[in-house]
Amino acid sequence: MKIHEYQGKQILKKFGVTVPRGIHCTTVDDAVKAAETLGGKVWVVKAQIHAGGRGKGGGVKVATSLEKVREYAGQILGMQLITHQTGPEGQKVRNLLIEEGADIKHEYYVAALTDRATQSVAMMASYEGGMDIEEVAHKTPEKIVKVFVNPLVGLTDEQALTLAKGMGMLETSIPQCVDTLKKLYTCYMETDASLAEINPLIHEGDGTVKALDAKFNFDSNALYRQEEIVAMRDLDEEDADEIEASKFDLAYISLDGNIGCLVNGAGLAMATMDTIKLFGAEPANFLDVGGGATTEKVTEAFKIMLKNPKVKGILVNIFGGIMRCDTIATGVVAAAKETHLSVPLVVRMKGTNEDLGKQILKDSGLPIISADSMAEAATKIVAAVK
Amino acid sequence: MSIFINKDTRIITQGITGKTGQFHTEKCIEYANGKNCFVAGVNPKKAGEKIFDVPIFGSVKEAAQQTGATVSVIYVPPPGAAAAIWEAVEADLDLAICITEGIPVRDMLMVRNKMKEKEAKGGKKTLLLGPNCPGLITPDEVKIGIMPGHIHKKGRIGVVSRSGTLTYEAVGQLTELGLGQSSAVGIGGDPINGLKHIDVMKAFNDDPDTDAVIMIGEIGGPDEAEAAMWCKANMKKPIVGFIAGVTAPAGKRMGHAGALISGGADTADAKLAIMEECGFKVTRNPSEMAKLLKAML
Repeated sequence: MKIHEYQGKQILKKFGVTVPRGIHCTTVDDAVKAAETLGGKVWVVKAQIHAGGRGKGGGVKVATSLEKVREYAGQILGMQLITHQTGPEGQKVRNLLIEEGADIKHEYYVAALTDRATQSVAMMASYEGGMDIEEVAHKTPEKIVKVFVNPLVGLTDEQALTLAKGMGMLETSIPQCVDTLKKLYTCYMETDASLAEINPLIHEGDGTVKALDAKFNFDSNALYRQEEIVAMRDLDEEDADEIEASKFDLAYISLDGNIGCLVNGAGLAMATMDTIKLFGAEPANFLDVGGGATTEKVTEAFKIMLKNPKVKGILVNIFGGIMRCDTIATGVVAAAKETHLSVPLVVRMKGTNEDLGKQILKDSGLPIISADSMAEAATKIVAAVK
Repeated sequence: MSIFINKDTRIITQGITGKTGQFHTEKCIEYANGKNCFVAGVNPKKAGEKIFDVPIFGSVKEAAQQTGATVSVIYVPPPGAAAAIWEAVEADLDLAICITEGIPVRDMLMVRNKMKEKEAKGGKKTLLLGPNCPGLITPDEVKIGIMPGHIHKKGRIGVVSRSGTLTYEAVGQLTELGLGQSSAVGIGGDPINGLKHIDVMKAFNDDPDTDAVIMIGEIGGPDEAEAAMWCKANMKKPIVGFIAGVTAPAGKRMGHAGALISGGADTADAKLAIMEECGFKVTRNPSEMAKLLKAML
């Protein structure tokens, strides 16, 4: 689960990391009031969307007067902000963060994330903050320092010092930087984060170390014990169909192609999408109905797939194990009838009660095309939509 | 022979009284030698009772002492699953198989590091399979987990995969072509887990009754590449490889928590390229896995 920058900063602040003073708002008038409340002469007007690269897309502006705050807030609120992470259609800006200006002397990068290979928490830091860290990692990997934290021990003073020195932190600010890193680590663990990134972390003219941005991802398996985090969820930033699907315990992700697919199991679902591509078309979605698909679940899955106007055909691929093929077949027939299915449907079923399932499809009187293998199913659906 | 388990394995079921645990324990007992293999269940509140004729004990340690079981399978719900794994480790079992899906990553980080710490101090090493996995099976001997037993056939091909249904797909194809399996292992789709592809490949390499292996991976993480590098230097048997997720977009979690492309090195294309370079026969057509393997025998 993702959250907004202003929420991320609230969390960092709670764990003792220094952040600029700022106020979240959703209207232009409130943005101006926020700037007045904050005082000072320089404010930053920041678009709040769940995607990075906001500055380059025109979603972050520095204002030197209240009039400018009003002007920028008006421009940014409601705009379709396009960044390298939003896709070409962009994301509508519904929230703003108005912040006091910062006296930036240098921008650094720090992050914490779970490392699969070492089964530890990797903490990374770099002198090259403020820019796309993936580019830094690709072009100049030596400019990123990493330490691997044993979660049974926590981030040690020595490791934090290695990071602070390795990132080239201003000598006199190293103690505060070490403290910030340790707090970031504690925050990462206690909130069940899967990514915590501060880009940039800065030092100011007086040596203060401050987090100017905050990006968090949280482990969805742990949300049941993170009430405060769950309360920060902003459904406006998420795909409506994916939310609808999750209500029925379906894992759904919309893609760009025209063949909808319904599969049991995440690995088999990906393999089915790959097979569709291999035979000359593109999948319209990823959809895993999971292990215990009922008629209701299958019907909902069909409805969600068919909401996508690009869908020109559907491929159902089920490997019946505990879930029996006849149950799925009954669900598919009911769903096809209830949704008045008008696009070609290819069904491939294997495993438990396979023959019974095929018979149910045949007896339904619906124009369902049957297939024995994934390759055959893909060939047939690709031919049917052409 | 087979890897990790056979008809003589004695098994404890943790979470045997829950809905999922009951359902699958019954299926496992019905399969091949299951009746003799599944010897104990654990639930502190129901110690002394029986379920499917299997005695329930108050702890894993007690169950192991009383029955001589060396393997456990875990169906405990996510909030208590990591603690259940640790209980199996503290009881010095040989292998713990965790089926539970949805365990918080932090809990897995903690328990994995506790396991490593125990081993580093000279304690007994307990292997962990999973979590979020279908389990493993040695056809016609014993099945531990949630896979459909009847699609398997006894034979000499090994199968290893992260995903459940994709494992069944490979097994189904092999059985259809008359090729039986020595063992089929689902290592699970979570980012922090126990046995990895490389560990299972090592076991298949050492198993005199495995002639060839189908290794199936997914996008996300370094495990398949690591296994491929090891195989290049050590594996004596032919391998067919497939990676699911060529069409998966970066930054989107494809069902499994671990199936998420993070950098450039863990895309399906990158993994397929490494596997091919390491001598695997790779395919982009998952319907061909068994056919390709048969041609290599």
